[in-house]
Parts: sequence; C-alpha cells; structure tokens
Amino acid sequence: MIIDAFPPGLVLVFGAFLLPLLPGPVRAAAILLLPLTTLALIISLPDGNLVAIPFLDYELNPLRSDKLGRLFGIIFSIMAFAGGLFALKQERVAELSAAFLYAGSAIGVAFAGDLVTVFIFWEMMAIGSGIVIWSAATPASFRASMRYTLVHFAGGVVLMFGIAMTIVDTGSIAFEPMRVGSIGTWLILAGFLVNAGAPPLSAWLPDAYPEASFSGSVFLSAFTTKTAVYVLLRGFPGTEILIYIGVFMIFYGIIYALLENDMRRILAYSIINQVGFMVTGIGIGTELALNGAAAHAFAHIIYKALLLMSAGSVMYMTGKRKCTDLGGLFQSMPLTATCGIVGALAISAFPLTSGFVTKSMIAQAAVDQHMLYVWYALAAASAGVFLHAGIKFPWFVFFQKDSGLRPDDPPWNMRWAMILFAGLCIGIGVHPAPLYALLPFEIDYVPYTGPHVVAMLQLLLFSGLAFFLMLPLMKRTLTLSLDFDWFYRKLGTVAALAVTDKISRIRNRAEASGRRLLDTTIAAATRPVKPRGALARNWETGSMVLAVTVALGLFALLFF
Amino acid sequence: MIFSHIPVLQVIVPLVAAPLCVIFPFRKFCWTVALAATLTSLWIALTLLITVYAHGPITYELGGWAAPWGIGYRIDILSAYMTVLVSLISSVILVFSPRSIGAEISNARAHLFYTLYLLNLTGLLGIAVTGDAFNLFVFLEISSLSSYALIAMGQDRRALTAAFQYLIMGTIGATFYIIAVGLMYAMTGTLNIADLAQRLPEVMETRTILVALAFLIVGIGLKIALFPFHGWLPNAYTYAPSVVSAFLAATATKVAVYILLRILFSVFGPDAVAAMPIAQPLMILALFAMTIGSAVAIFQDDAKRLLAYSSIAQIGYIILGISFLSVTGLTGGILHLFNHALMKSALFLSLGAVFYRIGSVQISDMAGLGRRMPWTMAAFVVGGMSLVGTPLTVGFISKWYLIRAALESGWWPIAVLVLASSLLAMIYIWRVVEIAYFRGHPEAGADIKEAPLSMLVPIWFLTGANIYFGINTGDTITAARAAATMLLGGPQ
Repeated sequence: MIIDAFPPGLVLVFGAFLLPLLPGPVRAAAILLLPLTTLALIISLPDGNLVAIPFLDYELNPLRSDKLGRLFGIIFSIMAFAGGLFALKQERVAELSAAFLYAGSAIGVAFAGDLVTVFIFWEMMAIGSGIVIWSAATPASFRASMRYTLVHFAGGVVLMFGIAMTIVDTGSIAFEPMRVGSIGTWLILAGFLVNAGAPPLSAWLPDAYPEASFSGSVFLSAFTTKTAVYVLLRGFPGTEILIYIGVFMIFYGIIYALLENDMRRILAYSIINQVGFMVTGIGIGTELALNGAAAHAFAHIIYKALLLMSAGSVMYMTGKRKCTDLGGLFQSMPLTATCGIVGALAISAFPLTSGFVTKSMIAQAAVDQHMLYVWYALAAASAGVFLHAGIKFPWFVFFQKDSGLRPDDPPWNMRWAMILFAGLCIGIGVHPAPLYALLPFEIDYVPYTGPHVVAMLQLLLFSGLAFFLMLPLMKRTLTLSLDFDWFYRKLGTVAALAVTDKISRIRNRAEASGRRLLDTTIAAATRPVKPRGALARNWETGSMVLAVTVALGLFALLFF
Repeated sequence: MIFSHIPVLQVIVPLVAAPLCVIFPFRKFCWTVALAATLTSLWIALTLLITVYAHGPITYELGGWAAPWGIGYRIDILSAYMTVLVSLISSVILVFSPRSIGAEISNARAHLFYTLYLLNLTGLLGIAVTGDAFNLFVFLEISSLSSYALIAMGQDRRALTAAFQYLIMGTIGATFYIIAVGLMYAMTGTLNIADLAQRLPEVMETRTILVALAFLIVGIGLKIALFPFHGWLPNAYTYAPSVVSAFLAATATKVAVYILLRILFSVFGPDAVAAMPIAQPLMILALFAMTIGSAVAIFQDDAKRLLAYSSIAQIGYIILGISFLSVTGLTGGILHLFNHALMKSALFLSLGAVFYRIGSVQISDMAGLGRRMPWTMAAFVVGGMSLVGTPLTVGFISKWYLIRAALESGWWPIAVLVLASSLLAMIYIWRVVEIAYFRGHPEAGADIKEAPLSMLVPIWFLTGANIYFGINTGDTITAARAAATMLLGGPQ
C-alpha cells in the first residue's frame, strides 16, 4: 500500500460526519474551512498516481492527479465553499453534512484512477444528493428524493455491470479513455449518461432539484451532472453519438424551460441544456472541443450556482417560487437582482462574462471540424438560452409587473456568496487566461475577436428583441390550460377542436387500457410471491414431501 | 502432547460442556460454561486454521484406529474455514444471548437452551472436521435434533408446528443422506471419505451409485433449504427465539452447504461432477431461489420472516457460485458462505434487540425506531447494505466474484439476474428502513430505550466485521480461493 498524499475528497467526506457533532460557531468555521483545506490540498498535489491500495486482485488508485482531474477538483471545492457560505444559516445540519459528503464524493470521482473507485464515489454521491433533497423536509421533497435515488441506483447498477464486464474483458481496472464497442463499455456510457441528465432518463433532474431547500438546490446544480461531464471527458472523448445526444439535450432543455413557470424548474431545465453543450463538445472530441467542454463545465458551475443562489434568496425571503407570483423585486432586492442578472448574462454567453469565453470554444471546434449543422444548432441554441434563462428568469422575477412584495436582500452570508460568484463570472470573462492555463490541453484560443463579439451581440440583441415582441405570448404560457386554449382558439376551427378532442379521447382510452393491462400484468406477476401466493404461503408438510419425492425421481431420471 | 489431539478437542469441548448445563441448571453458570466452551472452540479452530495453512491438511485417528476401520478426522483448509466460521458466530451470539434468552425463554428452561446450543455446536463442528461419511451423519443428527428442540423453545405456539415440520423434513433429508451412504458402502465397502474418493470412480456408472447421488443431492438440498426444498425454513426462523434464528441462519445452512461441497468435490470429485448433469439443475434451482426468495421477502410484514426469505435467496447465491464449477465461482460461493453468515447474524441479532425492547418484529411496529434505537437500527441498515451488496461491505465482495464468475463463463444474463435480485434486496431492506426512519410521530414511543450495551457490542462487532472484511479483503479471499482450488484440484 502506497500513500503519498491524502485524497482531498475525503476531507469533505470525513468533515461531513464531523459537522453534526460540532457546536454552532465551530461548525460555521468548519463549513468554511473544510472546502478551503480541500482546495489547498488539490492545488498542492503533484502529478501521478499518489495512492495505491490492493483490493481483490487489483490495485486501486484512488488519487490520480493530472490537469483534468485537478480542474474539476478545484471548481468542486470552490463550489463547496460558496455553497457552504450560502447555506451557513441553514438550520438543518443534515443537509450540509449530506452536501459535503456529496461534494467530497464528486471530488473523489474527479481523482479516481480506476473504475472501482469511480463506482464507489458514484454511489456515495447518489446517497449524499438524495439526502440533500430529502432535507427540505416537505412531503414533496421526500417523494422526489425517493424517485431520485431510485433512478440513480438503477443507473449505478447499469454502471457496475458495465464496469464488471469491462474488467473481465480487458483485465484492467484503470479508468482510461474507452472506445464504445463491447456491451460493457456501452453500459458504462449509459450509466454515466444517466447522471448527465441525458434522454430518455432526463426527467429526474427537473423533478428533483426544485424540490430541495433554498440552499440545497445550489449544491445539487453543481455536482452530479458535472461529474458526469468529467467522466465522459475522461472515458469517452470523441464518441460520435455524444454529439447527437448533446444536441438533443440542448433543445430539450430550452423547450421545456420556455414552457415552465416555476423559477427553479426553469433553471433545472437549463442545466440539461447547458450540459448538452458540454456533451456535444466531448462528442466532437478535438483538443479545442474538450478544452471547451471542461472550461464550460467550470464556468457553468459558477453561473448556474449564482442563478440558483439568486432564486434561492428570492424563495428564502418571499417563500414563493412561481414566476406568476413574483415580479418587481429589483426595487427591494437590488443586490440579488444584480447578481441574478450577471448570472443570466453569463449563461447567455454575453461578452465579458465567463460563458462567452468558454462556450465559444465548443462552437469554434464544430467549425474547425466542418460540422455545419452542429454549428447551426449551437448558434440557434445560444439564442434559445438567452430567451429562457438570460431574459425570462430575471424579467419575470425582478421586473415585469409589481407583485407588491417588498422583501429585503438576504442575510450577509448569502449576499457574499452571490457577490463572490458574480465576481468570478465577470473576472473569468474579462481575464480568461488563468482558467485557460488550468485546461487539460495546451490552448491558443482568443475569444475576443471583432467578428465573434459582434456576431454574439447581434444574436443576443435579436433574440432579446424577439422576447419582448413576443412578451404577451410568453405570458400566456404561464399556465398550462391557457396554453392549450390559445392553441385551438388560434386555429379557430371547430374541426380542429373535434379532431383534438377525438385524439385526446382515443389517447385517454389507450392510456386507460394500457394502464389496466399493466396493472393486471403486475398483479399476475406478483400474485405468487404475495403473502397468500403459491410461493409464499406456508406449505403443508405433505406437499413438501411430495415435492421432495418428485425431485428425487427427476434427479434419478436425469442421472440415468 | 495435547496439541496433537486438537482436532478431536474441537468436538469434545462443547460435547462435554453440554451435560454440565443439565447437571447444574443455573442460568449464569450455564452461560459461563457455554461461553467458555465456544471460546475454546474458537481458539482451537483458529489454531487449526493456522496449522493447516502452514503444514497442510491434518489427519487424526480416533482412538488410534487406522482409517478404514476406525473413524478418521481430516481437517483441510475448507474444514478449518468452516470451524472458524461456526465457532466465531456462535461465540458472538452467546455474548449477546443472556438478556435475549431472559426475555424469550422461561427461567426453568434456560439451562436446557444452553445444553442444546452446545450440542448443536458440537454437531456442526463435528461435520466440519470428520473424514468419515457415516460419522458425518451422526453429527448431522446431533445438530439437527438439537435445532428442532431449539426452535420449539420459541414463545409463539406456532414454533411447535414449525419445529415439527422441520423435524419431518430434516429427518427425510438425513435419511436420504444415510440411504446414499449405505448404497455407496454397499458398492465400495468403505465409509471413509478419502477411501470413497479412490474407489468410487470404478463403480461410478452403476445405477446404485447414480441413485445414491440423487438421494444425496435431494437430501442435502433439504438441509440447505435450497429452493424448492425450503418450505420448512420461513416458519422455523420466524418463530424460533431470536438468538436461535441468528445462530441457525448463520451456521446451520452453511454447514449443510459444506456437506454438499464435500460430497460433490471430495467424494465424487470435480471430474465426475462435471461429467454428470449436476451443475445445471443446481444452477437453475439457485436462480429460482435468488429471484423468488427476494421477491417473496418484499411482501412480508414480519421482519424475521422477511430475513428468512432473504436467506433462501442468499443460499441461492452460494449454490450459484458452486454451480459454475470454476475457481472464481467456487471462491465466490465459499466467500458468500462466510459473508452471508456475518450479515445475517448481524441482522437477526439487531432484530433480537428490537424484540427485546418492543416485544415485536412486525415491520409496522417498528415506526420511529430509527430515533428511539439509533445504534440498533444503524446496525440493521449496515447489515442490509451488505445484503444488497453495497461497496465497502462484504456483500459487494461476494457479489463481485459471482458476477465475475458468470461473465467468465460467458453467462452474462445470470450476472444480470444477480444484480436484479440485489435490487429486490434493496427494496425489502428499504421497507424496514422507511418505516423505522420516516414513519411514525416524532413523539411516539418516547419510552422505548436503546438496547443495552451487552446486546449492542456483539451486534456492532458483527456489523464492524461486515465492513472490515469488505475493505480488507485479503484474508477471507485467500482462504476461500485456497479452498476452491483444493476442491477443484480433485480429492486429495
């Protein structure tokens, strides 16, 4: 066994178990110091496999330090710090403990040099994040956390199966770039994609994240999907199918975010959309694209957490979460509004923000590879992001109408957490060199060229224009029933009504009979194992003896 | 030198201690004697294991009579592994027992409990060390008869019918075994396992031996509670006193699996087994046991009964490992023997502590126990995670080997089934966790106290072992692999 350095993720994991035992002020200090210690440890790590533990017939390398792992380790620990600061006043210690377990496990994955370690931390993340959701302590959050953990454990089983098959195939447990081909690697890819929020299992994300507490969703936005981005970057760079999956995720996220009314749900859909950009970059697979995906993950964690912090502050101060209940808050919450707008500009890739200097790399990589349609899709999606996250969120929450609410800005710790991340968003946008230096590959990319800035501004201005022109329409979409109303009133014909009516009736009938079929199938399948079923009831001694006799006869026959 | 007699002392110490408890029927005294005897057994077992590691198998002739005439004890790596397993678990359970017995068995019968417990231990250890097929039957009967009586000591009157049913089925199993031994004796003229192994190949094709083999598999299958011969097990585990359930679940079925391993690989030999259609039917039964056992467990309302059905599923895993007839598979099966004993004893003992405090193990009565008995329920959760196969617990290690064995043999659908049935395990463990942690009014049951330390220490010893052997896997895997290689290397 070799241990040359302490695995940084474990600082947070052990810290998580320590937190509930500490008295108030010491705990607050620990919440801030643990992530900083982790960050310091990560920065001081030399390259190479620093820990080796024999396990079964293999050697675990839980601490492989290189540029890619360090990049993610750094942003995860910064995120843990800012999230801890934001949640400092959170009364439920369980949530913070779980969040640290979650963050520490994510860092563990970032430094895992072998597949078994990846799997172990992967499952710990699922447990930690599940508890974070559950800690909101509402009936809705309890059910959401159950659904969430179920999806992730199922994904974990797929992953474990893929890992086992791959290890048997290759005889090695090292976590290195893989080529999809064997069933094992496909299963690993599928297991990773579940956490990335890829279709068809993407619904867990918008289902669960908005149910967490005001501070919980800040943590959730950062780790699960970005860890998935990391493992895809490490394991499947240049896998073509990821381009299509990524593009699908981009549009899926945009469309659903535009239809949504709950402010945190809008942001949850936009996570899928943003991760779609990264997954596309990984699929393109050139050095520029991979750098772009990694950098975008870095920037995304910051601005998405910032957006959720501003949404969380609004929720913390007003107790409301629906766009229709909010509005006009900029008057009494100027700081929250400003930070929210900075985050919104960053996610829209406005020049001089972090989004601009990172996302453009992915688009550039598509151009370099002559992937015209991918580039079109990315450009169209940039406009869509501006619509749903860049304008819709701040407009409906902080401006629009006057809702009559006059809450103050949130307490100091939440304000400072937002200021820190808003500063980072602009800092990276103005001076991207330090981030570029952290990227896994050498880079000579210049984001601020004339044509690029002009093109981006045009795109944003026109989509902004489109938003305000269509504003009446956007408002209409605030409730689902209005949406449908509008649909067939606009078409305006009784025929259409009759047709949709017919279709929906057929659909209802099909659904009802499908459900009945499903119910009876499940009932039939479980009847034998339910308490009075043939397999579960107490057997008569006589029938057991009969079974034994028959079995004896069968075996004797078999052997002759 | 007493050291040369250590193999027989393994059996004699608990055998002699048993009547002491009848002669001096004082509860405290009996407990002390029983504990001293099991701890001595544990020490002997460990000594044997170390000796076998260092110098290879030990043979011991009872009364100095040479093997074909006298009874020979033969201890190889597998026997030593089993004796360590049995005596370790029984020591821990005895440490746990005084309060649990005090609550569940009347004072007048407590000394009989210890007598029977020691006799049962004698039988189980005897099976492991003996090198004689008939002597094995004798020990099997000692352990079986005492376990019928132990089960019948349960508070619930249904314990009597459960014990009676087990008595009938167990006796049929043992009778099948002795019929087969008789048939083999008729054909070979020997009862010694090593001699049988030498002489059987000549008569292997005769119908007598083939019938004997069928009797053996069904008979031992009954003692193992392999699906579909498991009918006696759920009631027996449900209605027996808590410590008895823990002891039987952890050791009795495991020793029965040991008998199967001995008969298949030491008597008939791996080549004969591979040539006959034995592995495939066993595999099919194992797969049924895994899925059906877990599925039935999901719908149980009684936590002990739930664990009983889970045991049926876990036995399926063990038999599955054996049925691959490969080193990896056998290693997985033998590992799971040990690992399952650790998890099930931990789980049954925590239920014992729950019963001690609330007088019930109905899942619905356990609402809010996560708050009232945090340590006991935490142990249950860890044991449950081990049962599911979470990494860093022993359950993961054995599942890992089973899946690897399935993939090496190219049967990946079986690997899928292994994982699917772990998901079922997650569901039934979750049912208990959900009720204990998330249901019930926070104020309800405020008078329920955490279990006493004398219960928590043994429970957490076993729980800790679940984690320790899940991380530091070297020792158990080395022993299991050595045993697997020895069994597949043919009769020695």
